[in-house]
Amino acid sequence: MPGADKETDLSERIESFLSELKRCGSGAGSLRGSAETARETTALLRRITAQARWGNAGELMEIIRKEGRRMTAAQPSETTVGNMIRRVLKIIREEYARSRGSSEETDQQESLHKLLTSGGSSEDNFRQHFTHLKANVIEAINELLTELEGTTDNISMQALEHIHSNEVIMTIGRSRTVEAFLKDAARKRKFHVIVAECAPFCQGHEMATSLCKEDIETTVIPDAAIFAVMSRVNKVIIGTQTVLANGGLRAVNGTHTLALAAKHHSTPLIVCAPMFKLSPQFPNEEDTFHKFVSPHEVLPFTEGEILSKVNAHCPVFDYVPPELITLFISNIGGNAPSYIYRLMSELYHPEDHEL
Amino acid sequence: MADSDGRQVDGVNHATDKDVKLQEIALAKNEGKELTKEEKQRLRKEKKQHKKNKKDDKGPPEKEKEKEKASVPAPSKPATQSPAHKAAPAPVHASESAAAAEKPAKSKAELRAERRARQDSERTSKQGKKEGGQQSASSKPKATPNELQPVVKRLPEHVQVDDPAALKKLAKKLERQQKSGQGCGLNKTGVEVPLRSDYGYKVSLFSHLHQYSRKSPPTLQISIPATVIHPSIVRLGLQYSQGIIAGSNARSVALLHTFKQVIQDYSTPPNEELSRDLVNKLSPYISFLSQCRPLSASMGNAIKYIKKEISNIPSQCKEEEAKGKLQACIDSYINEKIILASEAISKYAIEKISDGDVILVYGCSSLVNHILCKAFEKQRKFRVIVVDSRPRLEGREALRRLVKKGIRCTYVLISALSYILPEVSKVFLGAHALLANGYVMSRVGTSQIALVAKAYNVPVLVCCETYKFCERVQTDSFVSNELDDPDDLIVTRNGKSHLENWQTVKSLGLLNLVYDVTPPDFVDLVITDLGMIPCTSVPVVLRVKNVDQ
Repeated sequence: MPGADKETDLSERIESFLSELKRCGSGAGSLRGSAETARETTALLRRITAQARWGNAGELMEIIRKEGRRMTAAQPSETTVGNMIRRVLKIIREEYARSRGSSEETDQQESLHKLLTSGGSSEDNFRQHFTHLKANVIEAINELLTELEGTTDNISMQALEHIHSNEVIMTIGRSRTVEAFLKDAARKRKFHVIVAECAPFCQGHEMATSLCKEDIETTVIPDAAIFAVMSRVNKVIIGTQTVLANGGLRAVNGTHTLALAAKHHSTPLIVCAPMFKLSPQFPNEEDTFHKFVSPHEVLPFTEGEILSKVNAHCPVFDYVPPELITLFISNIGGNAPSYIYRLMSELYHPEDHEL
Repeated sequence: MADSDGRQVDGVNHATDKDVKLQEIALAKNEGKELTKEEKQRLRKEKKQHKKNKKDDKGPPEKEKEKEKASVPAPSKPATQSPAHKAAPAPVHASESAAAAEKPAKSKAELRAERRARQDSERTSKQGKKEGGQQSASSKPKATPNELQPVVKRLPEHVQVDDPAALKKLAKKLERQQKSGQGCGLNKTGVEVPLRSDYGYKVSLFSHLHQYSRKSPPTLQISIPATVIHPSIVRLGLQYSQGIIAGSNARSVALLHTFKQVIQDYSTPPNEELSRDLVNKLSPYISFLSQCRPLSASMGNAIKYIKKEISNIPSQCKEEEAKGKLQACIDSYINEKIILASEAISKYAIEKISDGDVILVYGCSSLVNHILCKAFEKQRKFRVIVVDSRPRLEGREALRRLVKKGIRCTYVLISALSYILPEVSKVFLGAHALLANGYVMSRVGTSQIALVAKAYNVPVLVCCETYKFCERVQTDSFVSNELDDPDDLIVTRNGKSHLENWQTVKSLGLLNLVYDVTPPDFVDLVITDLGMIPCTSVPVVLRVKNVDQ
């Protein structure tokens, strides 16, 4: 039966996606960029919308939430998966509201009066059946996909507004967004880049070799020299893994030191992050924030005799508070960290913050 | 002076210089002062220099005039300053020649007038100070408490790599040193004090510093057996350049032990005084060692001390007695300044360690390790977090020593500092040198640790012996630093090393700094053998030390 085939095919795809998520997270850094993860998640969600059995918007949202919970559980540190799910849920809500004819503006205003008076009416909101809902939702998801494909280019287009000639720019580790940003600026301007190598994975080395191919003057420094050279740096441009709801960052380890050094020398810190990295989490340092990988990277097994008597830590992420950040550059333009909460309310619905 | 005028009309420039010398001699004779032995020596040396210049016929005439101008204001120096004296006009010459190149050529008449005016003022000032105050305009840093220090100091060679004139001067100086030490058996093929060449592409901000490769040791060019350089010095230099001896205390102690050996093997040649000849003998050794690896501040202070001790040997002292005295001096220096100092510092520092402390240390400082071991013996309950950084990974050595003692340790890399710092109650740091403006010069990464500790409000304590205090001032880590072998940054992960062929890539540079400076507002306390002082009291300690000596 074609229906059953489609279903098994769909569940197969979901399973393979989940196993890939589990596998790639345990390697050194991210073997696939966040952009690819976001795109694959959205494509998968589109497939679910097209192929799963659902009658009305409510059921669709339930299915997506269920699958979404499984996906985020597979790799909790990969927040783009959860972000895309929340975006799609918001799309579904919007399409539903449009089909019903009510404008979106009134729904979003959360005044205290509304909360008290109209609390019950949102419950049965999504049970109505609309024939064109499926098509509309799929179309909206397609728009989302095109937006995702263009994020890196949108960000790089803004490069010339921020980099002047003969600048010294500092960055840490490897970020594909920042790489594209700098390469775009290098087409018209001459500047110098200092890359901190970011031990123990030393992804800065790859970044440096890739920048050199575009004839950008690059210098690789070890992490210990970040403060020593900071006095000659004009700007610090970094990428990040996640942008948190308060405007802070969850970035590769060493970024907090870099941000503190930049603050001490009053050097502007610019974060290049596309909008799909924005996550409605507030930082919680105890359990969920940090991710650790094998301490073998830090203290290898060749140091066997002391290894058993020593604790070695290898955290992957760092929290950077919003006070240290000057500017966010994303595909919708430049923003101050104090504006991030507002952007978030445009992208996600408050009820979706907990999947 | 009509005679001199007539000769100058010829227009030959080196004639005017001889002229000046004759004028000087005439001047001195007119004042009734006898030319002292030192002045005769100095004039002899200058004549030699001129003969060489005339033969080679090198340098624009301006250079000669500048040299004369430079040597005239420094009339008489004690003979023991001869090695310093030889070098002093050279860097001054270098910097002035650079300046001279920019000035437009003055007319001869103007220069003559200037020279005459200067000689007049010199004459009056010489009459003013009749007593043996010979130390005024020299570049010696010693000063009586009433006088201010002279401003003009020697710019060390190792921060003038981008100045080709300075490099030429250094090459000539090294050649001179090997010629002076040898007898008749001149080895034409081998170089005695080699000039080490730089390796790899240097980052433009650091083009004024040397960058050597560990794979080409300086001893490759030395002939075997080395006749000018004592073999234990060759061994020491090799150990420095390969990184076998590292750490400022270790390097100083090794240097002093080697000097003891050198003094033991030394024998005074006939017609020479031990106090002067031994100092001359030491100069090529020191040049060789600084070619292997730039001297540290502690080594510089130790060398100054030894030279002073040698020059204070009275001339009637017998050779064996003198040698014994020098060796005893060196032993007492090591004992007082290094061993006993670390005991005193441990005693002060242990007061600052309380039970339940979590102490953070960085890299491998012998002094900090000593303190922690002592505190552990005194039954203090604490645990240690060792922070380490690529590419040296010295923290592993510290980790081994502490774990062997039985102290509980945690180990992280410096990029995980923000993660680990909320657990820490105190930070103990070692220092390479303490500068006169309160900045702490230490292994690269120390300033970062102090910065982040300040952000988390964790107290930072620096432990440093007083013999590492130096009179230099520095505000950033660029002007005077050391560049290590850039190939150390290459790492192979998963079978791939991205930077392997970095030399072939045109726009790629690797920077491997060794030191950095920490501003005094990040440091809460400095523990020295004189007590616990704030960072800003370093010049006070220096002043007290100078008065004592």
